[in-house]
Amino acid sequence: MQKSLHIDPNKCTGCLQCEMACSYENHGVFNISKSRIKVFNFEHAGRKVPYTCTQCAEAWCMTACPVDAIRIDAKTGAKVVHEDVCVGCKVCTIACPFGTVNYVADSGKVQKCDLCGGEPACADACPTGAITYVEADWTGLDKMRAWAGKTDTQPRASA
Amino acid sequence: MEWAQEYLGQRGLATKYFIEEVDPKVDPLSPDNKLIMTTGPLTGTVASTGGRYSVVTKGALTGAIACSNSGGYFGAELKFAGWDMIIFEGKADKPVYLSIEDDKVELRDAAHLWGKTVFQTEEIIKKSHQDPQTRVCSIGRAGENGVLFACIVNDLHRAAGRSGVGTVMGAKNLKAVAVRGTKGSGGTIKDPKAFMAATKAAKKVLADNAVTGQGLPKYGTQVLMNVINEMGAMPTRNHRDVQFEDARKISGEAMHEKRPTDGKTHLVTNAACFGCTIACGRISRIDETHFSVVNKPEYWGASGGLEYEAAWSLGSANGIGDLEAIQYANVLCNEDGFDPISFGATVAAAMELYDLGILTKADIGIDAPFGSAQALITLAEMTAKGEGFGKIIGMGSARMCEKYGRPELSMGVKKQEFPAYDSRGIQGMGLTYATSNRGACHLRSYTVASEVLGIPVKTDPLVTEGKADLVKAFQDATSVFDSAGVCVFTTFAWTLADLQPQLDAACEGNWTMEKLALLGERVWNMERIFNNAAGFTAKDDDLPPRLKTEAAKTGPAKGLVSGIDKMRPEYYKVRGWTPEGVPTKETLDRLGL
Repeated sequence: MQKSLHIDPNKCTGCLQCEMACSYENHGVFNISKSRIKVFNFEHAGRKVPYTCTQCAEAWCMTACPVDAIRIDAKTGAKVVHEDVCVGCKVCTIACPFGTVNYVADSGKVQKCDLCGGEPACADACPTGAITYVEADWTGLDKMRAWAGKTDTQPRASA
Repeated sequence: MEWAQEYLGQRGLATKYFIEEVDPKVDPLSPDNKLIMTTGPLTGTVASTGGRYSVVTKGALTGAIACSNSGGYFGAELKFAGWDMIIFEGKADKPVYLSIEDDKVELRDAAHLWGKTVFQTEEIIKKSHQDPQTRVCSIGRAGENGVLFACIVNDLHRAAGRSGVGTVMGAKNLKAVAVRGTKGSGGTIKDPKAFMAATKAAKKVLADNAVTGQGLPKYGTQVLMNVINEMGAMPTRNHRDVQFEDARKISGEAMHEKRPTDGKTHLVTNAACFGCTIACGRISRIDETHFSVVNKPEYWGASGGLEYEAAWSLGSANGIGDLEAIQYANVLCNEDGFDPISFGATVAAAMELYDLGILTKADIGIDAPFGSAQALITLAEMTAKGEGFGKIIGMGSARMCEKYGRPELSMGVKKQEFPAYDSRGIQGMGLTYATSNRGACHLRSYTVASEVLGIPVKTDPLVTEGKADLVKAFQDATSVFDSAGVCVFTTFAWTLADLQPQLDAACEGNWTMEKLALLGERVWNMERIFNNAAGFTAKDDDLPPRLKTEAAKTGPAKGLVSGIDKMRPEYYKVRGWTPEGVPTKETLDRLGL
């Protein structure tokens, strides 16, 4: 069963534990500037929104890469950057409509979310359940449940 | 690094630097005073609440050593840039701000920022640096204008709030510190595997605890408004009363209720500081139709507040039960960087002077009876801008009451105003206030935890017995948490035994429970020695006469006054101090001071 990261911004508090976990998992340091997931704080609306790669089925980044450095991980379905192949041309960063693949000046390569090989550190670190790792075909299940709960199925008294 | 292994970090380590480098007699606003911004070893790590930083200086309001602590994201960013601490010395010839981008550090001209609010300053700096990820701490107009309780505000609405640390920053012509760090932290963590395990276990303790896992996320510190009022420990109308009839209207519960005007709740969401898994912060929206903001769309967006202390100081302390007006005043405090506790409590004293006929409309510029929301917001606007009677409010209640011949009406200790707990209804807090090294403050030893919530053990709030030991234990433990880089609110769930494994895995220095306990006591005594040398004596460890002679009129504490005069000598004894409040030679030797 393939799984997806599922993000519920309403549960996000802006603690950035996800960014810390991501940088630690992938770079071995606590460094939010190296994180592949970012939390955006819309101060005046009081909204905080975690954002990262959604692993497009037909990934623009993967299609655009001239050296075939971005490949599908058969186990997770993640589009994974192979650093040994990446030449740092950044074409993928232009191709991605969402901005979720980015250049890393220190390494001269790009980076993006790779779902941590199937155990995403961000989801594990999130204290509120704003980031979860769920069945890919049913990312809408929680919303459906919420709406289902609001559906009036009680028999109405006739007037 | 030798000092770091002895004094840990943040409050402990910065206090060590400060007392080594600064003459206790120094005028707080002179160039000879120093101002230290400091992080702890857990700041900028995955430890829960590991986002704190502190400002250590000699306080402008108090003349005592000040250590004001703030959350938000600034402290962690400083760490990510590779800096543990900044020591500001002297005074700039003209307004400047400090720009830090990793190793690139420079003082830059701030002429274009001077006169701007905190909100404007953050925006201008982020735009001019072309980097929205820059974090900023700054002073508003209050800090520029010499308001003696000015704060240093970071990330729009988190503040190193008390004792006038922002006033000291202003006196140095330092408008702001902007920092962007891309180096990260954690490279020096002693045992990463043990650290990850210890921080994870400690997070679970917070999540499983009723206060940190449920109460604080849902209601914030405002969970206390109704609780403290019920206890009869809610200082009301400048401490004339101990219960506020409109407390419910300004409570955490009220922030969740839909307003009749627009059908929306006052509270928009809760919010966390960096790394915090509690998320007690409040983000609220003022009713657009409320008279305070009706033609001011700039105040219609979501903003920080209300926390309990501010809701109390801007509300109950003045007899004001108007949630929207209180939040507007709170936003002004954030916007121009002044402490809502001292501000609100000073307004309360002004309202009492007005009530007694000592101050009039001609003096203040507006009628200011207890309960007047209009007076509160007018005075907040005047204080922010440094206009009219706002200049008098900006002196703080002690100097204001002195000026009008009624010094006893200032409700505070060491010229710093009380926070939101009455010493008659919670006896331990009286001793806490009287002996706090930075003037009246709840965050030096929050015995409310024990006396009200039963954490870690329940004690009777109405008695003085045992409070000397309780206050000492809380003071010492809090000093450790403040030296670690984590938030004191963790102590609703954590004891030192939860913090110790995190610190020991992170830091060199063999941080055992015994060593941590000793550290807490040392920090407390270092601060005390500084204050004694600055001229403070046992006489300054006292409460205003009202709390010792005018009994609580209602509630469980009815008929009680504060037993401070009984507790103080007991406390000195427990501390190993002389009856004059001076650490004995044996105590100094034991602590290696």
